[in-house]
Amino acid sequence: MDDFLLRALAGGIAVALVAGPLGSFVVWRRMAYFGDTLAHSALMGVALGFLLGISHNLTVIVVCLALALLLVGLQRQRRLATDTLLGILAHSALSLGLVAIAFLHDVRVDLVAYLFGDILAVTQTDLYWIYGGAICVLAVLALIWRPLLSITVHEELARVEGVPVTLVTLVFMLLIALVIAVAMKVVGILLITSLMIIPAAAARRLAATPEQMAALAGAIGCIAVAGGLWGSLRWDTPAGPSIVVAAMLLFLLVYALPRSVAKQG
Amino acid sequence: MPSTALRTDPDAPLIEAHDVSLSFGGREVLQHVDLSLRSGDIITLIGPNGAGKTSLLRILLGLQVPTSGSVARRPGLRIGYMPQRVAIDPVLPLTVRRFLGLGGRYGRAQLIAALEESGVPHLLDQPVQSVSGGEMQRVLLARALLREPDLLVLDEPAQGVDVTGQGEVFRLIAQLRDRHGCGVLMVSHELHLVMAAADSVLCLNRHVCCTGRPEAVSRHPEYLRLFGPMDTRGLAVYTHHHDHHHAPDGSAIYDDPDKTPCDECVHGDRREEAR
Repeated sequence: MDDFLLRALAGGIAVALVAGPLGSFVVWRRMAYFGDTLAHSALMGVALGFLLGISHNLTVIVVCLALALLLVGLQRQRRLATDTLLGILAHSALSLGLVAIAFLHDVRVDLVAYLFGDILAVTQTDLYWIYGGAICVLAVLALIWRPLLSITVHEELARVEGVPVTLVTLVFMLLIALVIAVAMKVVGILLITSLMIIPAAAARRLAATPEQMAALAGAIGCIAVAGGLWGSLRWDTPAGPSIVVAAMLLFLLVYALPRSVAKQG
Repeated sequence: MPSTALRTDPDAPLIEAHDVSLSFGGREVLQHVDLSLRSGDIITLIGPNGAGKTSLLRILLGLQVPTSGSVARRPGLRIGYMPQRVAIDPVLPLTVRRFLGLGGRYGRAQLIAALEESGVPHLLDQPVQSVSGGEMQRVLLARALLREPDLLVLDEPAQGVDVTGQGEVFRLIAQLRDRHGCGVLMVSHELHLVMAAADSVLCLNRHVCCTGRPEAVSRHPEYLRLFGPMDTRGLAVYTHHHDHHHAPDGSAIYDDPDKTPCDECVHGDRREEAR
């Protein structure tokens, strides 16, 4: 196997392993569109990185987090429904990113790579970022697992029971921003949330506990990455979308399984 | 949890609201409400829809900041809270055991003991989405009990429970108070049953209309007519002297037209004044 393929596989698996557990929370908390909105803003982060001449990973995290905070603040206004707000922010952020990049005359930006991923171009440095980010996210997620689960089930009950709701929610958003930054290279801005949501949704049918669902989502994500890469080589299709198609097929397969396999838990 | 020096004074209130007012976008939800609750007390908030019962509860729980006024809690006060309705999305695989464990780290024996106390030990390994509304109320009560609370706060504990079950829920709450010596604050619509369990009733209609102890004399025959002679064990009907009734917007209309609002019962309806 070629080096670039090994790197792609290694990077993709790391991303899938984090996206699974984090994506489970995104599914449980009904934040799919929220994640999408944050991902869309990542392009602004890329533009900012070019402008400042610093690492895109950093600027993407900062921009995603800023947008998450803005969203939380706007949700408190209660004038516009959350889905309207998300719709406005998601598309504005993406368009702003595209416009900002168009202003950068000095640099040639491969837009398609950012929008749909460029997993076959993952470098050794990218791998350090991906693995560093993945380990950080998983460690912090393990730390906040129980309070976050408690907030997910009933926020006010958790608050009365002494869970620092605001802090835990903020940390969770930071984790999503981190995952978007590291997953951007693999599946691209437009497809990141699919890697969080599709494996988690598939895992639901096989899991009896939250932890099982998170772990299974990670595993299903890994299979999707491997399958997508293989399909991409076999039929010369774009790698990022192929991974998502593989995830979708796995999702369909799981739901086609007989009822006896499924867990009710 | 170690007991603090303040706990040795059993007469100190567990929680106290002082002159609490709350308004949302110019609409006054609560006006100058005072409330004080001690260990062993059961206080029930009653009142029509929109009277601010849940808002007052949320302020006492620290979930809502009052527009003016203050809430004082005894230091180290542990609250067991039973929210009005908990619906858990089926996409989250969660058993009752795990649900109870979200409130703290408990051993299996503790979990079973708490479920036994609230009457549903058989639910331990059931998915939390499969339990009925009435069972869920008992599971929530078990989660509140596991915290060994000084104060139990219940928002419509008998919601979704059938009429016979409601009597049981209220008897259970009174039993728990006797056994654990905690204070109980609850909101309820089941007036006829509330009276059986409550020491004290606070009738709220944005302001405190009146507070008092339930008495054995029925002044509300309509409740008996509605619910029949069903659960009359220990049943008492709350009577209090009302010198006013309410217009549909909540403003007070006095039975005696010469009477003006007393200090404790201020009907400062801003909308009324604005007209």
